[in-house]
Amino acid sequence: MQKVISLLMENQAGALSRVVGLFSQRGYNIDSLIVAPTSDSTVSRLTMTTHEDEKVVEQITKQVNKLIDVVKVKDLTGNNLIDRELLLIKLEVNTKNKSHLDKTNCSILSEEKSLYVAEFIGTSSEVDKVILSLQNCPLLEVVRTGVSAISSDEQIFSVKN
Amino acid sequence: MKNRVSGAEALMLALKDAGTEILFGYPGGAALYIYDALFQQDAIKHILVRHEQAAVHAADGYARSSGKPGVVIVTSGPGATNAITGIATAFMDSIPLVVISGQVRAPLIGTDAFQETDMIGVSRPVVKHNFLVQKAEDIPDIISKAFYIATSGRPGPVVVDIPKDLTDSNHQLNYSFNKDVHIRSYQPQNEGHPGQIKRALKLLLESKQPVIYSGGGVISANASEELIELARILDFPVTNTLMGLGAYPASDDRFLGMLGMHGTYEANMAMHNSDLILAVGARFDDRITNDPAKFALKAKKIHIDIDPASIDKIIDVDVPIVGSTKIVLRKILNLLEKKKDKIDKKKIEPWHLKIKTWRKEHGLNHDLLEEKSSNSKILPQQVIQALYQETKGDAFVTSDVGQHQMFAAQYYKFEKPRRWINSGGLGTMGFGLPAAMGVQFAFPEATVACVTGEGSIQMCIQELSTCLQYGLPIKIINVNNAALGMVKQWQDMQYDGRLSQSTYQDSLPDFVKLAESYGHVGMKVKKYEELKSAMKECFKLTDKLVFLDIDVDPDEHVYPMLEASMSLADMHLDKKNKTW
Repeated sequence: MQKVISLLMENQAGALSRVVGLFSQRGYNIDSLIVAPTSDSTVSRLTMTTHEDEKVVEQITKQVNKLIDVVKVKDLTGNNLIDRELLLIKLEVNTKNKSHLDKTNCSILSEEKSLYVAEFIGTSSEVDKVILSLQNCPLLEVVRTGVSAISSDEQIFSVKN
Repeated sequence: MKNRVSGAEALMLALKDAGTEILFGYPGGAALYIYDALFQQDAIKHILVRHEQAAVHAADGYARSSGKPGVVIVTSGPGATNAITGIATAFMDSIPLVVISGQVRAPLIGTDAFQETDMIGVSRPVVKHNFLVQKAEDIPDIISKAFYIATSGRPGPVVVDIPKDLTDSNHQLNYSFNKDVHIRSYQPQNEGHPGQIKRALKLLLESKQPVIYSGGGVISANASEELIELARILDFPVTNTLMGLGAYPASDDRFLGMLGMHGTYEANMAMHNSDLILAVGARFDDRITNDPAKFALKAKKIHIDIDPASIDKIIDVDVPIVGSTKIVLRKILNLLEKKKDKIDKKKIEPWHLKIKTWRKEHGLNHDLLEEKSSNSKILPQQVIQALYQETKGDAFVTSDVGQHQMFAAQYYKFEKPRRWINSGGLGTMGFGLPAAMGVQFAFPEATVACVTGEGSIQMCIQELSTCLQYGLPIKIINVNNAALGMVKQWQDMQYDGRLSQSTYQDSLPDFVKLAESYGHVGMKVKKYEELKSAMKECFKLTDKLVFLDIDVDPDEHVYPMLEASMSLADMHLDKKNKTW
């Protein structure tokens, strides 16, 4: 089962490499990882997903929390999780592809020369399905952002709370 | 009015204001402004070593023995990478160090400049934290934070990497030092959860077959007194890890000795058969648990540790308590004070008797020294016993890594914490001599012995020169079996005696002459009959470094020894007998 861990860290040089270094150092398998600044410019929010079991996830959260630059860690896995991934794809312009794109709810962003660039936003498994159903088009380029996630809980995950 | 100072001067002032009295280091290009500022002050003494690894081990020995953080200065590139083994050693054993490394000028970073190494990147996996200084103005604050991080929570080494141009006189800053550090992303939990402490108390009072299993966390938090009090009030037996020796007095009847890979029979049997394990500042590492799936299956487990990540990492416990061992033990003691009537020592009498039987059956023989062996060769254990007798159990003993280390841990009965100084986690050969230097600097009047082997000592032998420079009267007890003893033991036991690259009989130096050439006293012991008198003579020379080179039986193995992938009860007792 996919687990989602979110963390807030100081927006400092080297902070990300500490987190990423820890994963390889301790042998944790991470499926996706994204990071970007938040509305608080001193803090970045990092979201990672993994299929490790619960015991390993507990270790990951504890070990990550030990890093001095990490302000807070939360295991977001659960019912209130809202997760999204952005998919960008490139494929040839033709009517068959156009109808596939429409069928899979992909939006065409550009139609330069003979190529479409299209996007799709959805959960990871929805993105998987879109890629699967378009793979014979064929897809010339596939870019996924990795999972971004937030909980619909009343509890706010921020530095202050 | 505030002083305008250079970055290098600010560094010196900040180190002093952070409480530094002594630095261990080695100069080089990127650290020259720092060394120039060092030259122009006299608040901090600097010890010049012969290799950066030794600087870190010396600072480490200083920290382990005194409880104060050790401080190191090295230059960039090879100076920094040479320090890494020392830093990793301190990291594995949670020893507070602040290591200042010079770095190439900031504009040159990333250009493969002369003596450039990405010290932040290289050290990252083996430090508690590290800082690359970006502005000279930040130096005092970063030093203050470095000391705070190194010494609080679970202690560990912190590296501060300073580009050379930030230490020159072009960057002048207003110096001020702020001792009260607050880091919002770092707040160690010291207190222990009151609910968990109560649950622990209940288990402690119920147990009929308890063991206290304590480690380095008791020593680093100075919780020895609390540990002793608790064991006495409850009348619980105590075993110490390799890192925890000395936290509980070895002469006490409740003491079981060390546990684990080369732990005593009674300690391992007690753990295996207990109904309650109180783990205090110990981390259930693989040398303790053997196969975790077979580890002490009948025991409930309480785990007190300052590091939440140590809890449930290898062994799932029933009562986790995150906090300082000192504070949590004190809280348990306070609660016990009110429940004195609930303590039933009678209930655990049969358990004590059982342990006594185990000890009688297969315990260590502490009278070995009185028995000449049949081949008249000196046993390594006899060397340790002679050392123990001669120093009346009251020396600081550092060790290197291998058989001699295990024999020292088994046979030197440590009565006080911070007396046994060894590389437990990383197992770094070459640690012993420089660590002994650090201890001797912390306690100039104390007796300091370095138990080593002819393999380990050669990994930092150059420090004999440092010892001469500073007149350090360390006693080097070289347990010489002309082989990499522990490697050989494993090859004897598990590789049908194929001694692959573990012996070098004809190529060892004459250690007596070697010591003499460094200006020290060298002594050779070959016969059992000479051992006690040589030991006496060695320690009589109180103002000299003595290198006591003792030939021992090369065929001796360390026992007990756990059989891999089995339980704590599965031990080799000697070359012929095993428990399973």
